[in-house]
Amino acid sequence: MIYYLILIIFLLLLMIGAAIYSIAQKDLLYAVIGTGLISLVLSILFLLLQAPDVALTEAAIGVALTTIVFIITIRNTVRHEDEEKNRRTLPNQTTK
Amino acid sequence: MDFRLFDLKIVEYSFFITSVVVILIGLYGALVKRSLIKVVIGLSVFDSGVNLLLISVGYLTSGTAPIYSPGLLKGMPLTLENIKKLSEGMVDPVPQALVLTAIVIGFGVTAVALSLVIRLYRHHKTLNIDEIKNLKW
Repeated sequence: MIYYLILIIFLLLLMIGAAIYSIAQKDLLYAVIGTGLISLVLSILFLLLQAPDVALTEAAIGVALTTIVFIITIRNTVRHEDEEKNRRTLPNQTTK
Repeated sequence: MDFRLFDLKIVEYSFFITSVVVILIGLYGALVKRSLIKVVIGLSVFDSGVNLLLISVGYLTSGTAPIYSPGLLKGMPLTLENIKKLSEGMVDPVPQALVLTAIVIGFGVTAVALSLVIRLYRHHKTLNIDEIKNLKW
């Protein structure tokens, strides 16, 4: 029974850490992977909170679909948060 | 497998505290950051925190999942009293149904916001909201 308590505390701390990481990271691709980690941990927490249908939906939509849509957006726009690094890493794009 | 939680108040309060902390982190990211993709990431984190808060409010300590199956009756006859007695040990199904809808709506909001971000980038060639000054398209 104490293992459940340790598991829950570990998952909650991992969720807070992933949230801080995904906000503080300058590289937007890594930040999107951080949001996928938040959704994965949230899915396990929904299973522990006796909501298996919500856990299935969160695992399908939050982990897979949202990450794919964010990656498509980053592919069509810029990857880094600050603008100088974008101009340095993407020289073939036409910038103003 | 039995997924019943540890019978303590600390577990419930730790869920509440964690969801409020995640909501505050997402609000900070949506309000303070300058990049538009980071604003949408902040909204997504905010959404996850709200979903966790709603599910943990509806949780009952040592409750079972709100799904009826014949194996739960354990040989008792299928009468109305037995089903009522069985449903008293279940967690609240109403927040789960609401959160199931809110997850799908959150995905729709994220997709529409990212399509607007792509359109802004094609017009202005930047995503910094300090450089997007003129609102004329």
